[in-house]
Amino acid sequence: MKIVVCVKQVPDSWSERQLRADHRLDRDAAERVINDLDTYAVEAALQIVEQHGGETLALSMGPASAEEAVRKALQMGVDAGAVVTDDALAGSDAVATARVLAAAIASLGADLVVMGVESTDAKMSVVPAMVAEVLGWPMLTQAQALSIDGATATIERQTATGHDVVQADLPAVVSVVEKFNEPRYPSFKGITAAKKKTVDVLTLAGLGVDPTTVGTAGSPTSVAAAQPAPTRGAGVIVDEDPAAISALVDFLAERRLV
Amino acid sequence: MATNVERELPDSDAADLLALVREICDSELIGQAAEYERTGTFPRDVFHTLGRSGLLTLAHPEEYGGGGLPQAVYLQVIEELSAAWLTVGMGTSVHSLGTHALAKYGDAAQKEKWLRDSLSGERLNAYCLSEAHAGSDAKALITRATRDDDGWVLAGSKAWITHGGVADNYTVIARTSSEGDGAISAFWVPASLPGVGANPPEHKMGLKGSHTATVNFDNVRLPADALLGELGQGMKIALDALNYGRLAIAACAVGVAQAALEVATAYSRERMAFGQRIGDFQGVHFMLADMATRIAAARQLYLVGARRLDAGKNVVAEAAMAKLFATDMAMDVTTDAVQVLGGAGYTEDFPVERYMREVKVLQILEGTNQIQRSVIGRALVGR
Ligand SMILES: Cc1cc2nc3c(=O)[nH]c(=O)nc-3n(C[C@H](O)[C@H](O)[C@H](O)COP(=O)(O)OP(=O)(O)OC[C@H]3O[C@@H](n4cnc5c(N)ncnc54)[C@H](O)[C@@H]3O)c2cc1C
Repeated sequence: MKIVVCVKQVPDSWSERQLRADHRLDRDAAERVINDLDTYAVEAALQIVEQHGGETLALSMGPASAEEAVRKALQMGVDAGAVVTDDALAGSDAVATARVLAAAIASLGADLVVMGVESTDAKMSVVPAMVAEVLGWPMLTQAQALSIDGATATIERQTATGHDVVQADLPAVVSVVEKFNEPRYPSFKGITAAKKKTVDVLTLAGLGVDPTTVGTAGSPTSVAAAQPAPTRGAGVIVDEDPAAISALVDFLAERRLV
Repeated sequence: MATNVERELPDSDAADLLALVREICDSELIGQAAEYERTGTFPRDVFHTLGRSGLLTLAHPEEYGGGGLPQAVYLQVIEELSAAWLTVGMGTSVHSLGTHALAKYGDAAQKEKWLRDSLSGERLNAYCLSEAHAGSDAKALITRATRDDDGWVLAGSKAWITHGGVADNYTVIARTSSEGDGAISAFWVPASLPGVGANPPEHKMGLKGSHTATVNFDNVRLPADALLGELGQGMKIALDALNYGRLAIAACAVGVAQAALEVATAYSRERMAFGQRIGDFQGVHFMLADMATRIAAARQLYLVGARRLDAGKNVVAEAAMAKLFATDMAMDVTTDAVQVLGGAGYTEDFPVERYMREVKVLQILEGTNQIQRSVIGRALVGR
């Protein structure tokens, strides 16, 4: 079994993030880290391989520094890495990104692709499904558990009313949520070993991707405007009288929190 | 937050290791410490996390699954862990102390049988030398291992044992004959053997998350190969382990003192009195300067011992000096940190009162600081 885990390098979500004049994220303004949810995907892949054997590969698309996110996955125990990096990629939206990742996955070969359900920078939550679509593979979304039996993948997904259990034939794409597991820390040995693992650099030409279908030019969406989030307004203060209880219940019910 | 100490490290692997340790301190240790210490809960899970990352066995032989790192790197990890949570930093060093006899004096068959498992990261070991009436005077111990046909029978009680009741294995120093220099030997005792038991943990003034208990050996039958090293080598083995252990206790003391200094410094930049920051008063200024200077000196002292160990040199006096200086320093520095924070420092809203209670024990265990002075004095004037 060969599992590709997609990882993205994002600005640390604990730091102050800034937009540039063209509404794109200023990637130099904050420390760059591996997207947190992608470490859950890495953990999922490692667990599957620990149970069933096989190999794992971490794939990232981005600037050359994206290799650092791949290295983090290698430190956790992933076997090898690949980075698609190309000047023409700058400004790629979700559709263009999915096109590139799918081309890389097709070229690398995989039985299973595991991805985090969203990235902390763009927060689109659409790339996993788009990758599956481009590949023509089934998509199992928002998994909080995953098991493999022969050529079948089964996931569990929490819904508003209960649990869905969804199956698909391999090859398939799975996106995982935070509830899935607790990602491991790298081990000291893993850190040393990661330095010796190879990270291949893939280019658009090598993957046979037409540069006009990616980057700003190949992206059907663009950010028209951006505003800072409004500062939080004052809360509602409910007086301490018997009516407060029903007021609070109504407040929560309105927001579907109870 | 993990410490802001700029470390002396030999290579980029060691730098990456320290970065990993700080990440784990920030996410797994610092936020939990106060609650576990308040309730006296032993953080077994934290040791599992450290074990899976290879941090419990950094200085042990690679051949059996250890990290194979020099003491000079390992001890800086102990310092970082202790700055985050002394129970964890000291516990990691005591695990090493409890593994030392097997790793250094065990034969190939014993190491194959027990060391590999001990270094898996899933196990926690303990070191049993002290007895209720035999602490400083360790040679007065009466726990006895008697030969029987196919092995040994171990009987006696060991007092104040760190990880007593929670350890997987005990290194036990016991009497194998009535008198003479060769009367004491070292044994490997898995906690799962029938007859091994522990009393409830002691109620202590600090370091409550670390369980300290009397461990009882009620006629425990040991196999013949439970003997580590030669018959009669026990005291030598126990003291050799303490050379390593005392340097680690020095590193623990430096860690807590560093944490206290960082809290005190941050507070002195914020707290206003008489219209200025308290850190701008020369009285406070000088206190912080003395704290920082003594911490830096203590750090160098344990590193001197570490480098000597790494070079295969004797460290009996150096380990005693580092332990003595660093733990007395930490007692003073944590006391001064409470002083810098004033009333706030005396409350549980800040960690410094806890640090002060915790480091007190470092002046007592692995040889009281009076005993360290005797060791240093004997090295100077001879016996
Ligand atoms: C939290 C904790 C954890 C511990 N963990 C372990 C462990 O894991 N394994 C283990 O084996 N032990 C452990 N110990 C025991 C510890 O090593 C002993 O408490 C210590 O060696 C002192 O022995 P004692 O308590 O019997 O004090 P005593 O020996 O009774 O000493 C009492 C006082 O007399 C002084 N004194 C004694 N002899 C002399 C002398 N010759 N010259 C000058 N002054 C002297 C001492 O310095 C001390 O001030 C632990 C203790 C504590 C508190």
